[in-house]
Amino acid sequence: MAEIIEMPKLSDTMTVGTLVKWLKKEGDVVANGDMLAEVETDKATMELECFFDGTLLKIFAPDGSEVGLGEPLCAVGEPGEKVEAPAKKEAPPVDEEEKKTEPKAEAPAAPAPKPSAPAPTPAPVASNSGARVKISPLAKKLAVEKKIDYTLVKGSGPGGRIVRADILEAEKNPPAPRAAAGVGGGRGKPTWAWRSAFDKSPVQDAGVTALSNMRATIAKRLVESKTQIPHFYLEIEVDAAPLSALRAQLNNGLGNDGVRVSVNDFILKASALALRAIPGVNASFTSEGIQTHSNAHVSFAVAIDDGLITPVITDTDQKTVFDISVETKDMAKRAKAKKLAPAEFTGGTFCVSNLGMMGIARFNAIINPPNAAILAVGTTDKKPIVVNDQIVIGERMSLTLSCDHRVVDGAMGALFLNAVKDHLENPGLLLV
Amino acid sequence: MAEEIENDENVVILGEEVGEFNGSYKVTEGLLEKYGPKRIVDTPISEAGFIGMGVGASMLGVRPVMELMFWSFYSVAFDQILNNAANVRYMSGGLINCPIVIRGPANGGTNVGATHSHTPENVLANHPGVKVVVPSTAYDAKGLLKSAIRDNDPVMFLENTLLYGVKGEVPEEEYFIPLGLADVKREGTDLTIVTYGRCVLHSLEVAEILEKEHEISAEVVDLRSIRPLDIDTVLKSVAKTHRVLIVEEQKPFCSVATQVAYMIQSEAFDELDAPIKRLSTIDAPAIYSPPIEIEQLPNPKRILAAALEVMA
Repeated sequence: MAEIIEMPKLSDTMTVGTLVKWLKKEGDVVANGDMLAEVETDKATMELECFFDGTLLKIFAPDGSEVGLGEPLCAVGEPGEKVEAPAKKEAPPVDEEEKKTEPKAEAPAAPAPKPSAPAPTPAPVASNSGARVKISPLAKKLAVEKKIDYTLVKGSGPGGRIVRADILEAEKNPPAPRAAAGVGGGRGKPTWAWRSAFDKSPVQDAGVTALSNMRATIAKRLVESKTQIPHFYLEIEVDAAPLSALRAQLNNGLGNDGVRVSVNDFILKASALALRAIPGVNASFTSEGIQTHSNAHVSFAVAIDDGLITPVITDTDQKTVFDISVETKDMAKRAKAKKLAPAEFTGGTFCVSNLGMMGIARFNAIINPPNAAILAVGTTDKKPIVVNDQIVIGERMSLTLSCDHRVVDGAMGALFLNAVKDHLENPGLLLV
Repeated sequence: MAEEIENDENVVILGEEVGEFNGSYKVTEGLLEKYGPKRIVDTPISEAGFIGMGVGASMLGVRPVMELMFWSFYSVAFDQILNNAANVRYMSGGLINCPIVIRGPANGGTNVGATHSHTPENVLANHPGVKVVVPSTAYDAKGLLKSAIRDNDPVMFLENTLLYGVKGEVPEEEYFIPLGLADVKREGTDLTIVTYGRCVLHSLEVAEILEKEHEISAEVVDLRSIRPLDIDTVLKSVAKTHRVLIVEEQKPFCSVATQVAYMIQSEAFDELDAPIKRLSTIDAPAIYSPPIEIEQLPNPKRILAAALEVMA
């Protein structure tokens, strides 16, 4: 009896996964532990592991298709065994309008190609494969043949349908990859080209881009946060001169080892120590009451293509700034490649969002539920300050704390923010 | 018809006014004088009666060519045509053939009212056992009719009174056009117009306009036979153009175009670059007012608009 492998729950919040690419094809011998396919969840692209020995008999969900939780992906069994696609479980609700205009073309239970036929060329990984794209059958076939990612192609047919001419055009002039979000967790300020004052063409073609899984999750969670959590904001200015001096000293010394600690690494550590000092902030509001957390797991926001994600440094307070630096760099890199495991971006108890490297002076962040607060970090600037009634040049950094008033009151938030400030202004404390 | 009467002594013509009156539309003009009352037989005004007589005669080896003054009256003889003639070969285990041809005009556009304007090719073709032919040109009409008369099954031959007056070259010599073979009346690369009957002429006219005014190269496929249906020629054209308009003088519900569209999407889904569109008669009883009836039927203006929609 063949084993049917179903779409597993790969992240806390996923309801559907996109089958990005099969790594095995029908007829391949597979063993327990082999990676069968890449699956994109609302958070990351992950590999689907096989837990059986046998032959991959049948693939039910083609490359690029969206598959609901628990719906069949493939069957593994003895060669020659007959498999029927199991009845589809209740499908996730489909937008009524969409249902009306176009029946879903790629039902997961669609019969696989005839076994004798050569394996079909895998479609190029659709960079927005979670969304439905209007495309004529011919144009779709051509796109697959020519390995063109049709999700990037703008349709010229009625209602934006992609037609053959659009694919032929895309072959001649390949479409630009989907623009990155722009804000970078990367180093340095972003660059852009000035637009000529004489250029009267439209800024960009108007149109609606369907939501990726990630964008849909961001939209849902942040609307929930901003509508359900009573936010209030506290801002404090930190003397950043000691931190800059220490950092310069460390990086000069560590320079040859290829590790450079960033301001953000210190802030993560300082936040974690402040959570220990003011544990009331290390909490979550729940319907039963206020849940306090025994560990300080600080997450940090990383901008990635088409969205952002918040990798978690577990037990941040226990780690050295150096460890934190190595770990954040590794996680940020893997986050951009959508290669984070779900455990690596869930379970944070506090979050830091830093736009200082983008030249932003200060901003108010939206709380990332179920956290009770989020710290927004601005740029470090030289500015005139008053010392002993003299105006001198100093270095200042702005920190803004967004608090959930159901958990944290103004005084507690102020104490916490002062604790962060104290640690940053005495950065030697962060190294011991 | 005269050639076939000469060729085979079993070929006879029966119908209302086919003899003395030379045919209501003069299709049988002069035949009575030439071949006599044994071969050209005037019948009473009773379709059920004389069609039934023809069906019976055909079972005994006569090859009757029956004229219906209007195909609209086929329903009077529905049982004879579609219950008896259509099924007799099957019901007799192949022992009895029914080589009858029933011909006559089936069209609107002549201001004869709802009861005289039916185009029943879809209804007829729905019955296994009959063949259905709808010629569009004089040349095709001769070649198809000769094949129909020599065919051993009941053949329904639907003409159009408005085409009786359209002149076309017809060779004197004998030729046959096999039943079930479509004809590409005009080659093109951008759009396939699948059609038959008088709509072929409209479609050719529209194809010229598309070429001149819209730089669209349309291919016009004339089905000629509704059943058997030459889907291969249609699919070959679709594989070339990837866009399809089907034009028919038919009420749209369960029409010939419905069947053709089904077959195209079923066999050539991956070739389609746009949804298949069809242009039919507007769904209502044939309108008596001539100016409105023209708008009800497929006409060049409506076909052009539909073609441009497919090309959008």
